[in-house]
Amino acid sequence: MSNTQTIKKVENKAVKTERITGSEAIIKCLIAEGVDILYGYPGGAIMPVYDELFKYQDKIHHVLTRHEQGAAHAAQGYARISGKVGVAMATSGPGATNLITGIADAQIDSTPLVCITGQVFSHLLGSDAFQETDIVGISTPVTKWNHQITKAEDIPEVLAKAFYIAKSGRPGPVLIDITKDAQVQEFDFKYEKCTEVRSYNPVPKTNIESVKAAAKLINNAKKPLIVWGQGVILGEAEEELKAVVEKAGIPAAWTILGASALPTSHPLNVGMVGMHGNYAPNKLTNECDVLIAIGMRFDDRVTGDLKTYAKQAKVIHFDIDPAEIDKNVKTDVAVLGNSKESLALLLKELEENSHQEWHQKFKDLYKIEYEKVIKSDLLPEKEGLTMGEVLKEINTQTKGDAAIVSDVGQHQMIACRYAEFNKTKSNITSGGLGTMGFALPAAIGAKMAAPDREVVAIIGDGGYQMNIQELGTVFQQEVPVKIVVLNNEFLGMVRQWQQLFFDKRYASTEMTNPDFVTIAKGYRINAKRVTKREELADAVKDMIASKSSYFLEVCVEKEDNVFPMIPTGASVSDVRLS
Amino acid sequence: MNEEIKTLTISIYTENNIGLLNRISAIFQRRHINIESLTTSQSEIENVNRFVIVVKISETQAKKIVGQIEKQVEVIKAYYHDEHETIFTESCMFKIKSELLFEEPQIQNIIKESDTRIVTVNKQFFVLEKSGRRHEIEALRRDLSAFGIMQFVRSGRIAVTKDEMKITELLDGVKNK
Repeated sequence: MSNTQTIKKVENKAVKTERITGSEAIIKCLIAEGVDILYGYPGGAIMPVYDELFKYQDKIHHVLTRHEQGAAHAAQGYARISGKVGVAMATSGPGATNLITGIADAQIDSTPLVCITGQVFSHLLGSDAFQETDIVGISTPVTKWNHQITKAEDIPEVLAKAFYIAKSGRPGPVLIDITKDAQVQEFDFKYEKCTEVRSYNPVPKTNIESVKAAAKLINNAKKPLIVWGQGVILGEAEEELKAVVEKAGIPAAWTILGASALPTSHPLNVGMVGMHGNYAPNKLTNECDVLIAIGMRFDDRVTGDLKTYAKQAKVIHFDIDPAEIDKNVKTDVAVLGNSKESLALLLKELEENSHQEWHQKFKDLYKIEYEKVIKSDLLPEKEGLTMGEVLKEINTQTKGDAAIVSDVGQHQMIACRYAEFNKTKSNITSGGLGTMGFALPAAIGAKMAAPDREVVAIIGDGGYQMNIQELGTVFQQEVPVKIVVLNNEFLGMVRQWQQLFFDKRYASTEMTNPDFVTIAKGYRINAKRVTKREELADAVKDMIASKSSYFLEVCVEKEDNVFPMIPTGASVSDVRLS
Repeated sequence: MNEEIKTLTISIYTENNIGLLNRISAIFQRRHINIESLTTSQSEIENVNRFVIVVKISETQAKKIVGQIEKQVEVIKAYYHDEHETIFTESCMFKIKSELLFEEPQIQNIIKESDTRIVTVNKQFFVLEKSGRRHEIEALRRDLSAFGIMQFVRSGRIAVTKDEMKITELLDGVKNK
């Protein structure tokens, strides 16, 4: 069935048509969707589109990454900081498969992406032609939607649908595969944006009765706890969240992707939940009487052992995705819908409260965490540099206004725990998939989408080398991104687990690293290495003052661990401080 | 959490698009749920397809599965029902050597008693067709296998629900929004 039957036409007035090729149509569709930056890598099966792009350079800036995975992550970084759809493009076969990690990452982290891949001529499909892979089949489990186009005339409707699906409701990645013949065919082009697909209900209607039931539970609660996730940021509900938290006086904690929706300094922000989250919100999850989950999906890294998770509490779950309700944690009240609307409705029903005594419990547990963990992370007395003090210095120099793009590992947990966020959309990291190699290309995308913001990538020596080639993109595009590598010469998180759970058998986690400063300089990027505490403040200052890209390597203590920690499968109450 | 495992029929109304079968089967595959049978065809509504999938799972699993299926962009609506809520049947065919039809009078009795239809007869073989519940088909297979079966094939379950599913209203609702 053609897409004509599934897409509601919004503009019935006659739209002018023009006879153009499929490739030119693709570019015109992108322009119509407001795409100004495109990340990608050319190749045989996508060459006609690149040829058209050459003509439209004034309208769309194409960023040649050094690997298609870099293109996908850059598009993610762009999307996460801007709230717009990120676009990546690649050729068929290996070009397409190289996008997959970024697509899978975007799927689990609900990032809106449109990925366009070239494909062999349609008469060659299924023949194992040169650079042919079944990318629609391969990408099916990791896309919100995907489609293969074999006729030029289908391009406008399918791309319109792609952008609509990627951005609406719970966002996600969409992949559109376009055969080479569809790229070169001519047809009568016209473009209409898609606003509805009949089988797709992106935002379920909020039921006011469920909002009232939620408000009743909250108003009667003695020890309520909010845990919010990225749904607040995706729904642009930051103000509503703040108003709810303040009116009802509820301590509010965040999941890793929820970070920055409420400023770190807010008095009711009680920190991060989950495996390496803060002591108080983890511990008190099993003491609260009402747990209010907002735009979060009870990931196993957040809940630990489900059998012991918040069993004493009534659970209220606000989410846009009905499939998340009762998926992991059984709820007492589910409020479906967009977080901005449902929190606004909730606010009206809430009574003012302060819960002083309950809040004091968080403060008391914070003091314990401070003495046992935070103090030695941020104000170490030992000789070796800690990752925490680097973050503290970055906080000082950027005054909490920077967007922090972190990779995956120990440094990521340290970055999320200690970065101070004044502004929303400031924490860009790979949450659900935990993709090493994410941060360098994602930081490129983030900085290009928000050139006025300071963008600092925090990366470990392992993840850095997974996409280190993107330094070429930094250099060629002159992206003034700041790159901090916290080098402990280990795959630190795995090493920590080996230390704690595998009797210190450090199997294949020690890294013999190259001279990172020389490599950065090879890409004409200003670079500095810091090995001593007394050099740190000036080095970070120089980095932040730099108008162009800057690479800072900080050699940190080799065998530091990240605490608190909830071991896999343990209860959130069993959070360890050492 | 030791919930009862039931035989449930999952009905899915979808757009008629290439690749959707892949998306739906992947949902079962990821959770290691074995599909007992799967039938897909045009539904009562033009351009809307219907999947009928039979699985042995708990109701809690079924609820989650249906939620995940409905998340797919091209799925209009999904339901699950237990055996009491549906009217269902399967169909099967047997290919048997023609000589047996004449040499083994017992076969003729089996055909008669089991309400089985002869589709075709030629010199080499004859073909029987029967629709019914799984246990009826299995009983017939057991009876006939004593004489030798050249080929046997059974369809997936087809089922209609006793309750209305209101897909047309749902689609009309979308159109009139």
